Amino acid sequence: MNDKIKIAVRGLKKSFGPKVVLDGVDFDLQEGESLVIIGGSGTGKSVTVKCILGLMEPDAGSIKIDGVEVTTLSSGERFKLLRKFGMLFQGAALFDSLPVWENVAFGLIQGHGMARAKARDIAIQKLAAVGLAPEVAKLSPAELSGGMQKRVGLARAIAAEPEIIVFDEPTTGLDPIMADVINDLIVKVVKDLGTTAISITHDMASTRKIADRVAMIYKGRIIWSDTVDRIDRSGNEFVEQFIHGRADGPIRMEIRAL
Amino acid sequence: MLDFLASVGRIFIGFLDGTGRFALFTVEGVSHCFRPPFYPRLIGRQLIDMGFYSLPVVGLTALFTGMVLALQAHTGFSFAAETGVAIIVVLSVTRELGPVIAGLMVAGRIGAAIAAEIGTMRVTDQIDALSTLSTNPYKYLVVPRLIAGTIALPCLVFVADVIGIFGGFLVGTYSLDYNPSSFLGVMMDNVATDDVASGLVKSAVFGFIVALMGCYHGYHSKGGAQGVGAATTYAVVSGSIMILLTDYLMTALFFSS
Ligand SMILES: Nc1ncnc2c1ncn2[C@@H]1O[C@H](COP(=O)(O)OP(=O)(O)OP(=O)(O)O)[C@@H](O)[C@H]1O
Ligand SMILES: [Mg+2]
Repeated sequence: MNDKIKIAVRGLKKSFGPKVVLDGVDFDLQEGESLVIIGGSGTGKSVTVKCILGLMEPDAGSIKIDGVEVTTLSSGERFKLLRKFGMLFQGAALFDSLPVWENVAFGLIQGHGMARAKARDIAIQKLAAVGLAPEVAKLSPAELSGGMQKRVGLARAIAAEPEIIVFDEPTTGLDPIMADVINDLIVKVVKDLGTTAISITHDMASTRKIADRVAMIYKGRIIWSDTVDRIDRSGNEFVEQFIHGRADGPIRMEIRAL
Repeated sequence: MLDFLASVGRIFIGFLDGTGRFALFTVEGVSHCFRPPFYPRLIGRQLIDMGFYSLPVVGLTALFTGMVLALQAHTGFSFAAETGVAIIVVLSVTRELGPVIAGLMVAGRIGAAIAAEIGTMRVTDQIDALSTLSTNPYKYLVVPRLIAGTIALPCLVFVADVIGIFGGFLVGTYSLDYNPSSFLGVMMDNVATDDVASGLVKSAVFGFIVALMGCYHGYHSKGGAQGVGAATTYAVVSGSIMILLTDYLMTALFFSS
């Protein structure tokens, strides 16, 4: 691993109306590193990555990718920048007007101008890598189960071999065995292609497997960030509570007893 | 008092905000029509959807419009007789009713479909997904619809003109007992290229408006299924109102001299 900083986020803020979601998020990510962001539901993990990709406009803060400030890019420059990215959306976000294989091959055909037949072969390879049979290729996304859609989304995100991949809850909705297959796949993509990865997950087994570094987000800030091997000795009671999934601790869920 | 002023101000700013956003969307959408990459396949698919599959609806409404016009002209203007009925049918259909009725039917059929499709893509992150796959959603979603709308509606209206005149002819000859050849003769003598052309120009504008309204409301929809439903309604209502408004403006412009 070299020491080149791929993504640098400083003071990222985002509110929806009166609701403050991000309140000064800071982190750095080195090239070829795999960062896992953990944190409670609704704490702004998806919002953070959408800001990095420019799909949402932050209210304040700076995001540098390969040293270039991206929050002030024009829309044309932003589309060029997005070529570096692949993203698996939390809800898969497959194009339901296209068959599965065209979903996977979409970036290759539209973005890279690859011939359809060749792109189709690659799509079928990528589908096999996420454990989907070639027969699935010609189905429409609406005919797939939730977990299968997720895997198609994953195949689509990695198909064009982008420099940076964002996985928003890659293993949610998968059975434990398939989840582990996907974890292995993510590790392989990061190691083999030198991809920089940001993953969001609630799954601690998955975190331990795919992360080089872990960052925990709470109340709009990164409250703890370190290498994955220190996660059990974090000395941070918020992290302790989260990784052991305890209901009582410093993180109070906003619920009232029945 | 201050509260009142504040809320007036808020509404006014909201209005400006909406107008500005709409203007930006329009400029962005139109400017992408002239910059590569182009997606001819998608334009073709939209042309078939908007044009070909709208033929039955538009044809039927045009037929009945022509028929009812002949009847109304006959009973309403009893002094007019054969020549008057023929002129009324042919001019009303080509100049006005063909474009407007086809425009309104298409606003209902296509404007709603566009808003629902793009709106669903928005709320399920599919539009964001397009951007992450190096595809500009304006070029991929908006441009093909704008172009197809602008081309498809004049074609539809041309067909509607022919069918509407035919409807008037049917009623005139079968039910009003006019002489077929002289009735048709009067119709043909009294329709000028300008009448048809003005109708076709209008319909190109209507087609653009319908597609633009569908795309705009779909693109900016938020809040799940309910939001998509609202976007669909806005697309149809605003499309229809804009059609009638621009119809008046264009008619005033074309026939002022
Ligand atoms: N488009 C939006 N409009 C308004 N509020 C939003 C929007 N997107 C997200 N939010 C709010 O921002 C907060 C953070 O959302 P986000 O999707 O980032 O959560 P998350 O950390 O990814 O949670 P989960 O683990 O459940 O996916 C939520 O409370 C949500 O209400
Ligand atoms: Mg999320």
